[in-house]
Parts: sequence; structure tokens; C-alpha cells
Amino acid sequence: MAATSLWRRLARLLGGFVGSLMAASGARAVVLPDNVGEAMAHVYSGGGVTASGPALLVRKNLGDRFSITGSYYADFVSNASIDVVTTASPYRETRNAYGLGLNYVVRDSLITVAAATSREPDYIADALNVDVAQDVFGGMTTVSLGFTRGWDQVGKKGEGFFDTADHWRYRLGATQVLTPNWLMSANFEAISDDGYLGNPYRVALVFGAAVPERVPSTRSSRAFQLRAIGDLGERNVVRGAYRYFWDNWGINAHTFELGYARYFGKDWMADGFVRFHVQDGALFFSNNASADTTYLTRNRQLSSFNDVGLGFNLAYTAKTVPGQYSVVVTGAMEFMNFKFSEFTDVRTGQLYSFNAYLAQLLVSVTF
Amino acid sequence: MWRCRSLLLAAALGQLLLLGGCALQPWVKPYERESLADPIMNLQRSTLIGQHREHVYDVREGARGATGIQGTGCGCN
Repeated sequence: MAATSLWRRLARLLGGFVGSLMAASGARAVVLPDNVGEAMAHVYSGGGVTASGPALLVRKNLGDRFSITGSYYADFVSNASIDVVTTASPYRETRNAYGLGLNYVVRDSLITVAAATSREPDYIADALNVDVAQDVFGGMTTVSLGFTRGWDQVGKKGEGFFDTADHWRYRLGATQVLTPNWLMSANFEAISDDGYLGNPYRVALVFGAAVPERVPSTRSSRAFQLRAIGDLGERNVVRGAYRYFWDNWGINAHTFELGYARYFGKDWMADGFVRFHVQDGALFFSNNASADTTYLTRNRQLSSFNDVGLGFNLAYTAKTVPGQYSVVVTGAMEFMNFKFSEFTDVRTGQLYSFNAYLAQLLVSVTF
Repeated sequence: MWRCRSLLLAAALGQLLLLGGCALQPWVKPYERESLADPIMNLQRSTLIGQHREHVYDVREGARGATGIQGTGCGCN
């Protein structure tokens, strides 16, 4: 009798020990994301540029350890931007992008290997991504590591492909459960580029005379972002993000975003946000240079400017069959205003600014 | 002697921190994560919408990266 009781106590102790070990190692296994099919139509219009097209994404589980993702994205671009109308002729072109990824779940890790290619008549970009996300600390923390290697071919109409650019991206991130209602994440990314990093069509100005743009053949940048999202009660959800970016071309940038989301009834979810971005210009940016330096650009993306965005998303759950599938339709709209501090419109001599909008309509089926 | 004491103190503090780390338990239990599991709490609710938004910013702003969204860089100008 005494021996049976001792065995029971030992078994209980052992059970407790194994249980605590499993809790400490986060025995809650990671599960694959749901099967999903998404179809999207998108339009961006602003500053003389219109880019629109479809996008598709399908993710399907193969057993309980693997899933495969395929995606297609197209941009039909009509470009009459200020660069183009002041130095060249408006043009149209198409960009097609394809992606293929494989997810693998092993214990508390999700491993993703993905390949992507983007093709324009004068630019081809191929990339390979490897990402690992690991749940630790009883599933309260997710640590992620990622690496992307990119190979680009740069061309010019009439000349064909004449140069290349290589890219290396290193990512590190962590998502932390803070309370039953709050999450936060921190992400860091270092990017290195080597090769032809300019635009063969763009010109710079020296004493008002057009000269070909000349940018360095290497660039190294760092970015750090903090995000937090929280439920204030009754699914009134607020979120905030801040990113600091810096690189060895002299650009420092700050990006802020604040958002609020809530449900209306059972089937509607609305989300609104504001976004603000401000940056310094690159060391070799000049609106109209007074000396012909080694590096010189008039790329307004590398100048000092700020942009403000105001966006809304509305999602409607059209149909749900529990345990089988659900269909959600989402409409997203963002209005943006860009204000440049150095870059001028050469036709008027005034500082340049423009308004833009981005519209997206998405149908998403989870099954 | 003073240096030796400082080293001992540092070692003791280190031990305390390590023991404290061991004692730290996940403070939000799985059954308390109902709110966190709601789709409204996703930092990225749709892959396609998120990737496309980042692409639009990437090609118009000088900053890039650390968005937590992979596969946005096409390198295109």
C-alpha cells in the first residue's frame, strides 16, 4: 500500500516535471496558416502615373507539415510623371511578378523558402528568400530570422540589358504578447546593394543643363521598426508603428502610422489609419547643381520630402460555413499627399507636390 | 581586494538575474488569448494588400525594409 502511494507520488512528480519542461520549451506546436485563395484588383494613381492590375495568391496545405504558396501580380503602368514629361515621352509598360513558396512546420518553428521574379521589358529582378519563425516562452514570443538574395538585370529601351545589381537583405524580428489584449513587435533589417543602382533614363541638372544621373554603385541601409496593437475592450483595436531608417547615402527617414479598427455587427469590420513619412535627401541629390560632382542625381525619391496618407479598409464577411470555408470581401482606399522640399517643377520653378490615391479590392476565401 | 569583492558582487548579481529568468513564467496563458486570436488583431490581415501597399511606398520613398512583410522588394525603379 505504502509502495503504491510512493509510486503514485513519483509518477505525479515526474508528470509535473515533464509538464513544466514542456511549458518552458513552448510545447504548443506551431500550426500552418489556413488554406487561402485571394484575388485582388488594384489601382494607384498620382503624379501622372497610373498603375493598375490584378493579383492572385493561393496557399494550400500538403498534410500537416507542409504548405505551398503561389502568387501572381501584374502592374499595367501608364507613366507621364514629372520626370518623363519634362525630359522624355510618356510611355506604357507591363510588370509581371510571380512567387512560389514552401512552408514547413517542425515543432515550434515555421520555415519558409520562397522564390520570386519580377519582369519588365527593361528590368528583371529575381530573388530567393529564407525565413524562420520560432515560438518560444510558451508561445508568448515569436522570434524570426530572414535572408533574401536578389539578382537584377538592368536594361534600357533600344540598348537591351547592359548591367546588373545584386541585393542582400538580412531580417531579425520578435513579436511579444504583452497582456491578454496587447501585442508588440520589433523588426530590424539591413540591406546591401551592389551594381547599377540608378535609372538609365533619368537626368540631373548642372547649371540648368541635363547630364546623365550618376549614383554610387553600392548602398547599405538599416531600418528598425516598432509596432504595437491592442484591444481597448469590445474589440475596439488601436495600433501604432514607428520606423527609423538610415543609409550610407545620407538618407534618414522617420515613418509613423496610427490606426483604429472595430466590428460593426457580426459581418463588417472597418479600419482607418493615418501615415506620415519624412526624410532627408541623399548627399548627392541636387535640384540644379552648381558643380559637376562624381555622383549626382535629381531622383526626387532621394530628395528631402514628406508624405501623408489617410486610409480606410472595409471588410465584409459574405459567407461562413463553420469548419469548411469563409468568404471575405475587402475594399481599401488610401489618399496620399507628397510635398518636396528641394525638388522643383522645372516648368514653373515651384517646389513640386502631388496628390495620389491607392485603391484595392480583395476577395479572400479561407478553406 | 576591492576588485575581488566587485567581481564577486557582479557574479552574485548575474546569478540572481539568471535565477530570476528561470523563475519567469509565461504570464498570459493560452486560454487568455481569445482577444489576441481574433482576426482584427492581426498586424497584417491580408498578404496581398500588405505586400502591395509596401511596394507602393518602396518605389516612392527613400526608406525601405523592417516592415515585417517579406517579398516586397522587386528592385524596380
